[in-house]
Amino acid sequence: MDISVWFFISSGLFLGWSLGANNAVSLFGTAVTSKMIKFRTAAIISGIFVVLGSFISGAGTTSTLTNLGGINAIAGSFTVALAVAISVTWMTRASLPVSTSQAVVGAIIGWNIFTGSPTDINSLTKIISSWVVSPIVAGIFGFIIFKIVKNTVLKWKIHMLEIDSYTRTGLIIVGAMASYSMGANNIANVMGMFASASPFSELTILDFYEISGIQQLFLLGGLAIAVGIFTYGNKVMKTVGTDLYKISPITGFVIVLAGALVLWLFTSQSLETFLLENGLPSIPLVPLSATQSFIGAVIGVGLAKDPQSINFKVFGKIGIGWVVAPITAGILAYVLLFFVQNVFEQKVIQQVPYEISESVIEQLEQDGIETEKISDLVNKRFLQNKVFRYELLKRYPYDAEQLYSIFHYAIIDSFKIDSTLAIKSLDQNMFSIEQIEEIKLLHGKAFSHKIDFDAAVFYDNQQWGLNGDRLRDKTINEKKIIIEDLFKITKNNQAKSNIY
Amino acid sequence: MFLKKTKKLETQIDEYLDLVIKGGLIFKLGIKCYLDHQMEAFEGHLKDLRKIEDTADDLRRNIEIKLYTRTLIPESRGDVLGLLESCDKALNITAETLLEFSVEIPNLLPELKNDYLDIAESSISCLENTVSGLRAYFKNVDAVRDYVTKVQFYKKETNKIAERIKRTVFRTDNELSFKIHTRYFTFHIERIAEQSEDVCDRLSIAIIKRFE
Repeated sequence: MDISVWFFISSGLFLGWSLGANNAVSLFGTAVTSKMIKFRTAAIISGIFVVLGSFISGAGTTSTLTNLGGINAIAGSFTVALAVAISVTWMTRASLPVSTSQAVVGAIIGWNIFTGSPTDINSLTKIISSWVVSPIVAGIFGFIIFKIVKNTVLKWKIHMLEIDSYTRTGLIIVGAMASYSMGANNIANVMGMFASASPFSELTILDFYEISGIQQLFLLGGLAIAVGIFTYGNKVMKTVGTDLYKISPITGFVIVLAGALVLWLFTSQSLETFLLENGLPSIPLVPLSATQSFIGAVIGVGLAKDPQSINFKVFGKIGIGWVVAPITAGILAYVLLFFVQNVFEQKVIQQVPYEISESVIEQLEQDGIETEKISDLVNKRFLQNKVFRYELLKRYPYDAEQLYSIFHYAIIDSFKIDSTLAIKSLDQNMFSIEQIEEIKLLHGKAFSHKIDFDAAVFYDNQQWGLNGDRLRDKTINEKKIIIEDLFKITKNNQAKSNIY
Repeated sequence: MFLKKTKKLETQIDEYLDLVIKGGLIFKLGIKCYLDHQMEAFEGHLKDLRKIEDTADDLRRNIEIKLYTRTLIPESRGDVLGLLESCDKALNITAETLLEFSVEIPNLLPELKNDYLDIAESSISCLENTVSGLRAYFKNVDAVRDYVTKVQFYKKETNKIAERIKRTVFRTDNELSFKIHTRYFTFHIERIAEQSEDVCDRLSIAIIKRFE
């Protein structure tokens, strides 16, 4: 691996370190400042579970971030991560409770604007609404859990020393849970922007356990967060955590539990599947601000105890964070990208060609998007996002969502179907024999557009059509992604497909 | 294993509080024997009470060390220590008072015998309810208030009896030294109730802090 890769990843690692240092106080702050748990014990537990969470369950929220903007050049990822790290540090110094999650979104949009890439409004709406919802949900959880604890456990006439013992164990368990959820939820902020430009290749351990490039990236990010907790968490706890002295360990337990549950709700893929299976509304998998969730829980518990004790100005501060953090990070990312590209002559985007084919036009018409005005662009190839975007907007004032769809359909991906690859790589437990047979029949066919590939491979509506059953549709979409990735000719796959 | 150590400490706290209760009972017996002029039995009770006081002191120190070295109940540790120490002071006063009876052998008016029995009963009731309040503080916070109210009631009763004794003594033709000596002993018994009330005042604050 090129040594420069480490330099580029360093900004992500720095971001991870700062995330760990700042969030340790939410995870174990009450436990450590109230002397229930030693910092060393808390840091070890937290570090282990953050790494596990990042490595095992980090994928869910990452896909939401990659949808928002697929930064595909490592210098671009470096610059975006650096912009986030700088803006978060700066705003934290200004005592604004901003979060990395919010700054990351702004910085990715900054990259989109700089490179002329479209922003997925759907993902953006999902992310922003989750920022608002998560502290509220955490508040509700905090309120309910506190009421339950007060009316049950504290009425059970348990000896103070026993309660102390149970609280200690409880603080360790919920702290570990919160660390796991924080790692899983927030790893996307640290390493998500490197996902599309991952410098690692698949690693096989002892011939049977495979670790994907993304997982290696997440493992590294998780370790950076853990190092942040170890090296600087204690200092942050001592400075920021002074207010926590007022929070009793039992209340602290309730707050961490509520915060951890919220992080888990917005991270867990298994929970999403469970909700879909039972016909319940699913929760978007989005990177959240751990700090804001915990503040929400603190307010919820405060309401349960004494509503008059709440300082409602905190809400205003959180709200300011929602606006200021993304805008600052976005502007900074834009400026830094300009310098990295023009002064240091680094590639901040891997240009991908776009071409509007007949099939693209057909698809756009189906979606109700204006096509007449762009008919002269059919079969013309654009090698730069900015030029393509400019040509489109010159002809018709498309809104962001429509632009995203045109970019999405017109991208030239290059697919080649290989029956040997299908037999070898498609899991028979996941795909039916008919599905695999149908793919085999298309052996040797090549496609330049994803929609052409999809039309050829997924033509059978009975097998691949979506029917509104959310769980089935989700599974089908996941299968489609596996097949698309398998036959997509990328730099990494080129070598693989040449073998066959 | 963690809970086993905790249980052991719980037992030690209970044992300590049992000693305070026993101390109070022995004090009452001691006063009765003194008033009945059974001096041998009285000295026996004094000896027992001093032994109990020593054992209670050791046990309290042991509890305090454990609370600190194992950083148990960090948020209430200060309160618990303060409560145990001020309760210990009440036990010490019972032993000191009985010792002073033994050393100074005060001459008490026979007509005040019942008043002395009443004041001993009432001040030890204060101490007993304080101990019950302390037990409740550890296990059943809601009940603490009831015990605090009882302590306040018995303390006022003690004061009333003490006032009655003093009024009676100072209206006799005895020497002033005799009168002052009697007042001094009444005051000593009254101190047990005063100290118990102090413990309860601390207890009232501690329960507010407990679930903040």
